[in-house]
Amino acid sequence: MTTLTEAPPAAPEPQTRAPRRRRKLTPYWLLLPGILWLLVFFALPMVYQASTSVQTGSLADGYKVTWHFATYWDALAEYWPQFLKSLLYAGLATVFCLLLGYPLAYLIAFRAGRWRNLLLILVIAPFFTSFLIRTLAWKTILADGGPVVGALNALHVLDVTSWLGMTEGDRVLATPLAVVCGLTYNFLPFMILPLYTSLERIDPRLHEAAGDLYARPATTFRRVTFPLSMPGVVSGTLLTFIPASGDYVNAQLLGSTSEKMIGNVIQSQFLTVLDYPTAAALSFILMAAILLMVTFYIRKSGTEDLV
Amino acid sequence: MDQFTSDSLSPVQLAAMRRSLSNGRSAIGRRSLLRAGGGGALALGGLGTLAGCGIPPAARSEGDGGSEDFSDKEKRVNFSNWTQYIDVAENDKTRRPTLEAFTKRTGIKVEYAEDVNDNNEFFGKIKPQLAAGQDTGRDLICVTDWLAARLIRFGWAQKLDVANLPHAYANLAPQFREVEWDPGRAYTYPWAGIAVVVAYNIKATGGREVTSVSQLLDDPKLKGRVGLLSEMRDTMGMTMLDMGKDPAKFTTDDFDAAAARLQKAVDKRQIRRFTGNDYTSDLTKGDLAACLAWAGDIVQLQADNPDVRFHIPDSGYITGTDVLLVPNKARHKENAERLIDHYYQPEIAAELAAWINYVCPVDGVKEELAKISEEAANDPLIVPDKEMSEKSNSFRALSPKEETAYEAKFAKLTGA
Repeated sequence: MTTLTEAPPAAPEPQTRAPRRRRKLTPYWLLLPGILWLLVFFALPMVYQASTSVQTGSLADGYKVTWHFATYWDALAEYWPQFLKSLLYAGLATVFCLLLGYPLAYLIAFRAGRWRNLLLILVIAPFFTSFLIRTLAWKTILADGGPVVGALNALHVLDVTSWLGMTEGDRVLATPLAVVCGLTYNFLPFMILPLYTSLERIDPRLHEAAGDLYARPATTFRRVTFPLSMPGVVSGTLLTFIPASGDYVNAQLLGSTSEKMIGNVIQSQFLTVLDYPTAAALSFILMAAILLMVTFYIRKSGTEDLV
Repeated sequence: MDQFTSDSLSPVQLAAMRRSLSNGRSAIGRRSLLRAGGGGALALGGLGTLAGCGIPPAARSEGDGGSEDFSDKEKRVNFSNWTQYIDVAENDKTRRPTLEAFTKRTGIKVEYAEDVNDNNEFFGKIKPQLAAGQDTGRDLICVTDWLAARLIRFGWAQKLDVANLPHAYANLAPQFREVEWDPGRAYTYPWAGIAVVVAYNIKATGGREVTSVSQLLDDPKLKGRVGLLSEMRDTMGMTMLDMGKDPAKFTTDDFDAAAARLQKAVDKRQIRRFTGNDYTSDLTKGDLAACLAWAGDIVQLQADNPDVRFHIPDSGYITGTDVLLVPNKARHKENAERLIDHYYQPEIAAELAAWINYVCPVDGVKEELAKISEEAANDPLIVPDKEMSEKSNSFRALSPKEETAYEAKFAKLTGA
């Protein structure tokens, strides 16, 4: 300690000014690659899309910017049902992911012992095959004559879901339930991993302390574990909800014509109908809607760690 | 505990902490970063930039589509085709006998890519280069007729040189000779014809035969287990035929009437899905009891699953064609033309047709095909007989405006 206190005093101001300014810029220099990446692959396409959304014309005659903002209104008026469906399915999938993912993450974080790494690998394992193949697998699992549908039918589960409007008759494929199942399955790892990281950080001694203070296990969970895992819950739900609401593969493969989500509309407007302005406007509306909901959600849940 | 309070930190330690907060890692705050990033983005995304964007017209650029032909110097040709749309050797799936025969005969190496998966997607993929007047890296592509018509309309396809196409010119079957969107076959030659038929899985329908589009749309026994095709022309064309309209000369009213009829079927949940090629697995599993299907697929499916049946509606059927064309700025145009011509020799065409099971556009293929497979030679789906040819219909060419309007209406039907 004595050597430290004997360190030379700070140099006078004028001399340090130049190097200090340079040092101030260092973090920005370090950020440069990232910022460039964002500019080229995020900001520029966004500007281009924004421009497209206010253009009019046709593929043959070209498109010109005419500030035709009515495209937004028309797109919303035409496709609001698909918007609502997207948010509903994505919301349901997020809830199911949380219900399935939380216990699993809890188990891995606190009870898995030496199996922890193996279990984590198992959670990520589905990513080793393609997204498309995984979704197609669900077509086999939920096939009309398959064992899953047979079992659900025998247990009268399908009567309940059909009453809720989630399935139709004695089939699951080509119904909302199939789409929600597909979304839940495909995005589950995005829920489990952040939950696991925030649960794993919790000091187990806090649980002991809660026990010492006569908290029942349920109370410990409610008052200690769950509040401490909130950052994981929030980032997990965001990582699930945001991509799920823009997804179109699940609705395409597992749904029928009535389960089309906004992603399907954007895809078909871009590729089939070739109405680029409407497609761009829809993308922006989706982005704005998600941004609004997420901001509200983060404010409500009070997790500032994420932003 | 005292030693942990800040009072007990030495002045030097405190100075170090302050330094690290103001100059170090934490110096760059969230707000300052956002300000910096946001400022940059705003400067970039200024309204001027927004207005400056725009998509140039896909103008017809007469005559400048060609470029220097490297065919003599580079003995290569890049050929983009659909998946599973060419013959492969029995014992080695990576070998393609008809392409090998071409290389052996001409010394031209074929870079074969199975990268056409969907017409719309493929158009999206090659559009930027073609619009910018650049080489797509492909010398020969296989696309469906309506997309070929669009590419020709935009001036993105090259006129073929008949001198390099002696067999093709002589052997093209009469029913494929005249198309309104490519008079005299100046730009395209057919690869295969695709008949749209009604297919069903007899086990899934409970022994019921499905014979018409009306039955697909109305039979309550099939409710929720009917598939239609996501290709607008195929589904709308078959529906219009069923309603007694001619898809080669329909009006917008006819189109709307057919769309309304389909909408009714969609609304009462008769239709399960609008599919691309993926109906094949649904049909064999029985998730789809009946659907509109492409005949070549059904011939292949039947080989594995005898429950799959098909029927050609009495009202007729739609035939589309997949055609070969040379996109603008292709480096090896002559090589591509020689490859087209190669496939118009009856013995080569027969080898291809026996494998892909689609309608063969080459005259005189029947005799050659009989040498390979008697069954295939007598299959009206591969070599159409008189009755089949008479029932065949084609969908008329659409103006760009009509195309957008009809695709939009059809997209609404499919839910997106």
